[in-house]
Amino acid sequence: MEAFAALIDALVYTRSRNEKLQLIADYLQATPDPDRGWALAALTGGLDFPAVKASTIRNLMHERVDPVLWTLSRDFVGDTAETASLLWPAGESPPDPPSVSEAVEALTAMTRRSVLAELPALLDRLDASGRFALLKLATGAMRIGISARLAKIAFAQAFDVGVEEVEEYWHGLAPPYRALFAWAAEGAPPPDTGSLPLFRPFMLAHPLDDTIVDLEDYVAEWKWDGIRVQLVRVGGEQGETRLYSRSGDDISGTFPEFLDALPMDAVLDGELLVRGVHQGGERGGAASFNALQQRLGRKTVSRAMLAEFPAFIRLYDVMILEDDDLRDLPWTQRRARLEALMRRLPDDRFDLSPVVDAEHFDHLTEIRAGAREDAIEGLMLKRKDSPYIAGRKTGLWYKWKRDPLLVDCVLMYAQRGSGKRSSFYSDYTFGCWDGDPDAGADLLPVGKAYFGFTDEELRKIDRYVRNHTVNRFGPVRETDRSLVFEVAFDSVHASKRHKSGLAMRFPRIHRIRWDKPAHEADRIDALRALVRD
Amino acid sequence: MAQDFAWIRPEPRGIHVVPADCWIDPSEPVGHALVTHGHADHARGGHGRTVATPETLAIMKLRYATSDGALPVGYGETIRLPGGVDATFVPAGHVLGSAQILLEHAGERVVVTGDYKRCPDPTCPPFEVTPCDVFITEATFGLPVFCHPPIEVEIGKLLDRLAAHPERCVLVGAYALGKAQRVIAELRRAGHSQPIYIHGALERMCRLYEDWGVDLGELRLVSDATKEDMRGHVVVCPPAALNDRWSRRLPSPVTAMASGWMRVRQRARQRNVELPLIISDHADWGELTRTVEEVDPHETWITHGREKALLRWHQLHQRRARALALVGYEDEDD
Repeated sequence: MEAFAALIDALVYTRSRNEKLQLIADYLQATPDPDRGWALAALTGGLDFPAVKASTIRNLMHERVDPVLWTLSRDFVGDTAETASLLWPAGESPPDPPSVSEAVEALTAMTRRSVLAELPALLDRLDASGRFALLKLATGAMRIGISARLAKIAFAQAFDVGVEEVEEYWHGLAPPYRALFAWAAEGAPPPDTGSLPLFRPFMLAHPLDDTIVDLEDYVAEWKWDGIRVQLVRVGGEQGETRLYSRSGDDISGTFPEFLDALPMDAVLDGELLVRGVHQGGERGGAASFNALQQRLGRKTVSRAMLAEFPAFIRLYDVMILEDDDLRDLPWTQRRARLEALMRRLPDDRFDLSPVVDAEHFDHLTEIRAGAREDAIEGLMLKRKDSPYIAGRKTGLWYKWKRDPLLVDCVLMYAQRGSGKRSSFYSDYTFGCWDGDPDAGADLLPVGKAYFGFTDEELRKIDRYVRNHTVNRFGPVRETDRSLVFEVAFDSVHASKRHKSGLAMRFPRIHRIRWDKPAHEADRIDALRALVRD
Repeated sequence: MAQDFAWIRPEPRGIHVVPADCWIDPSEPVGHALVTHGHADHARGGHGRTVATPETLAIMKLRYATSDGALPVGYGETIRLPGGVDATFVPAGHVLGSAQILLEHAGERVVVTGDYKRCPDPTCPPFEVTPCDVFITEATFGLPVFCHPPIEVEIGKLLDRLAAHPERCVLVGAYALGKAQRVIAELRRAGHSQPIYIHGALERMCRLYEDWGVDLGELRLVSDATKEDMRGHVVVCPPAALNDRWSRRLPSPVTAMASGWMRVRQRARQRNVELPLIISDHADWGELTRTVEEVDPHETWITHGREKALLRWHQLHQRRARALALVGYEDEDD
């Protein structure tokens, strides 16, 4: 645990990506199995100990520290695990740190009942850094600026193997990844994953920005407003089908309608949508993203949900078909295979994302401008000869999102951020007028945003909030409603959750209107007119 | 019944000693000021008359060029102020010259600590516990998460990192008055006899410390050195210079910062610090609460810092306390 704790601390204090990679790689090389495998699982978010929750830590601390002192400390530090690691009463005996695997075994064996006695026993054996690392590992939320992807790159770098191979094997393996280490570190044969319905890394796109592409070489497609998914079936008639999200999470349980939908073995790339009146396709329309959200994130799905929001996949690409890996073929050939495949797929679960016809680039610009009316996210531009390559390779695929919507809102509440923003008021709730502000109308909150501004602007807003506070509620300050933000957002939808009846999607602070008087900010009506549900 | 201790009044610009019409650590120019120590948030120029220890007056003369109306009072000395108030200067252990001020009037005793700490410091005499009725304390690190480790541990971390990177230098951000000289003196105490390179802004204060008998060993100016000279050496600068263009002249520095805030990881990250050194000239939570217990006052007034938690501690221990919420005291770099 000491080496792991030292790694976590070093990662916290290291800014450079290369140095972070080096630190992780050094640790993975120097640490024996299975400790390094558990550590890798911790860094990639692959550990789950149901008995240990943030609330468990709070409960443990409330038995040891006055609740008021705990809350004040937690608010200042900005992180529950770190606060607990600092406040944990020092033990009588010198530290006797467990190994990572010993800690993992102990955490795995804990139940909701036993955790309140067993977790303290582990914490007593560690110093403050060790307690921090243990609590981070136990709650599964490292939040130390390391993405799962970065940890996998570090693994690939440590043992000089390809990161795409690592990603491909990854989903067939479980912590502590002995087979993966045996292959990468000791030259054993690669893990046998052929019989598993594995996730294949997606091909991704760069933003188009100011690039202008030649439509001789590129084809345009809609960028549908659902979620990107990969549907995989292996093993023939008796085989298994899985649905993966863009990040490689297995979401098959949330969308059971696809478990028997594929009549052949294949790996397909498409957009998950629910039926509706917008986003028209060749076999009917799809609803806006807002409707799809009703289905996301559920562990179990009721029959009513399935009937009210039937899901389907609008296909973009075919990666593997029966025994053929098509990923090295140019897009045009894969497209031909996909179009031929459509006849064999049930049309209630699949349709084809059509190619957008455009003569020249200006024509495309006009087409894109109409995307919003149909609740579509924008356009994709794909090089006709591009193979299917994992990750984001320059020049092959571009995404060209519709322009955001803008509205002027008034800052109402500001909340302290967490992590490195824990000393700043960085999360803002803003509102629009529910009528004529000069005739006594009130502000109603319409959204919340915590990015879109520079560090310099954050310092200025923070100072502004402190100087314009009219009320304080714990970490939240109510301001005197004098500062106007120009807020950018992707779309706005009806919502019962907010008093205004509206919810913005991806709101961010676009500009700070230091110059604009609050009564000139927008009204709720103006925002409501933009709803496309 | 008249309010107890009405002769001493906390006001936005400082603590007002009413019968003497003088102010302790006022934030703006007044006719008559008592100053606990030389930090800019406590000592300001432009007062008609300034009473402080000789060391503090020397620091103020250097920093704010105020020497008019200076009245030096040594540790343990008592002076009689107008209105029948006696003031005694007692070591506070914060920085060179730092003093608590004991005020006595009509049989009542009030101690104003200014800033203080309880752990040993080779650059100033240690804090002395002074019994009193009202104890007016700071609470910069008034949260139970703050626990400053022994300074030997932190200096050890610094020297280990220095030894691990002979081709680099370790750049330590340290408050220009007090912290910088303490870090240097502690490095010497740990046996580090190499020259230490300093930022130009630290030079005069280091010389002043030496004039007052604090041995800092061989100091060299960064501006007189080449990159090669500084490889494998300690460089000390004010915190503001850490991520400034100034540091480009150094040989790939390991960025360190000596501050009590370094106990909290995200505070270190905010400052882009790679090597956090938990070194503070303020009392940590344990020192604050132990001091209140030892002084055992009738009531505690808290001037600045994280006063809510310290108030709560008083409540839990059936002690009287109030927060004064004085403005203008800054603590970000301590």
